[in-house]
Amino acid sequence: MRSDKPASPALWTAAWAVARKDVRIELRTRYALNAMVLFAVTTAVMVSFRLGPLGVSRDARAVSTLAVLLWVAIFFAAMNGLSRTFVREEETRTVALLRLSTPPLAVYLGKLLVNLGLLALLETLVTLLFVALMNVRIAQPGLFALTLSVGGFGLAGATTIIAAVVAKADGRNALFTILAFPLLLPLLIIAVEVTEIALAGTGWSNALGGLRVLAAYALAQTVASLLLFELTWES
Amino acid sequence: MNVTGAAPLRLVWQHVAKTYGSRPVWQHLAGELQSGEVLVVSGANGTGKSTLLRLFSGLEQPTAGTIRYTCGPQSLTPRAMRPQIGLVAPEMMMYRELTALENLQFVAAARGLARSTAALLEQLAAVGLSGRASEPVANYSSGMLLRLKYALALVHQPAVLLLDEPTAMFDEAGRELVDTIIMAQRQRGLTIVATNDQRELAWGDYVLKVGSAGQ
Repeated sequence: MRSDKPASPALWTAAWAVARKDVRIELRTRYALNAMVLFAVTTAVMVSFRLGPLGVSRDARAVSTLAVLLWVAIFFAAMNGLSRTFVREEETRTVALLRLSTPPLAVYLGKLLVNLGLLALLETLVTLLFVALMNVRIAQPGLFALTLSVGGFGLAGATTIIAAVVAKADGRNALFTILAFPLLLPLLIIAVEVTEIALAGTGWSNALGGLRVLAAYALAQTVASLLLFELTWES
Repeated sequence: MNVTGAAPLRLVWQHVAKTYGSRPVWQHLAGELQSGEVLVVSGANGTGKSTLLRLFSGLEQPTAGTIRYTCGPQSLTPRAMRPQIGLVAPEMMMYRELTALENLQFVAAARGLARSTAALLEQLAAVGLSGRASEPVANYSSGMLLRLKYALALVHQPAVLLLDEPTAMFDEAGRELVDTIIMAQRQRGLTIVATNDQRELAWGDYVLKVGSAGQ
């Protein structure tokens, strides 16, 4: 009998250990948090100075602009912070310890959990800033929250696997955004469309198609990441 | 792989070659080692001692040849054997923002071990870090960092212990600690040491001398 798979430690215990370790380090260094918060605040303040209380207007063009600006702020703030989970392991040369002690899938799931948490904080902050600075009125808060959740899940899943791919490369920060943009463009376009519907309040029925595509896209991306991660991590 | 059974654990490598770009590190390396034995890999700088240990740990793949760990009917690649491998190496760093205890707690949990804080503190004390467990690793001296690497490598009582430059930052007490660890490892499994220190050749049952590049 030949076997290539020894009994591996419980996957979720290991994933949770990775997530807890990363959160602890992030709370002590605040690198990703600071980068994302600064970008989100700067963008929101700059937009509000130039465009004023855009949310007061119910004009379709104004609603579209708000939805686009919201996702632009989320996307670029995420690009500033979410790559850190893997880049830090390379820069501090802890990657060998992680590879030796943790099953690959647990590494991906742990890092994904951290990025989901960071993205949830970022989306909450950006929404609050847009509401406060541009008087954004969300006509359908439930639909809005669901769009941010599903879109955020897709964004976190994609950025986690891309961060793993670029972590070993030179010029990794620029490469991260360059690789992420085309991969996330379809998700962002659909997320903007559904966010427009949520802001304008034109009804759930109009949003269902977009939501389904958004969910399918996020799910497909996560499954592909789960399948590809070990190859990326070990190469 | 259960290596506590009747069948001894064996490491067998055949026709192993490693090349970086067009530069061959070595070719046609072959040998075997079994539980209870210690192999010392020796050679000048740049002859691939650390690379060989990375191949045995599964952190790198050979360009050619095979490396297998066998135990009775079971046969595993180094990568699949990782849950049973402990590695101490200069390039393997710890999380500087965490304390020694937090580093150890992370590695134990990531390996799926249910270790109490008391047991982990005992492990740190065993490598000479008692009373320093709650200090951030960033404040540690190079000798203390090496002691912590031993704690991390031994937390799961590995069947395979790989030591690269095992005493490079150690004083005499540190050398004695490594001596004790290697003696204990003989009861548990196999040990491979990569070193240039002539005194450390005595640890080995066998000495593998890797030559100049390409040999």
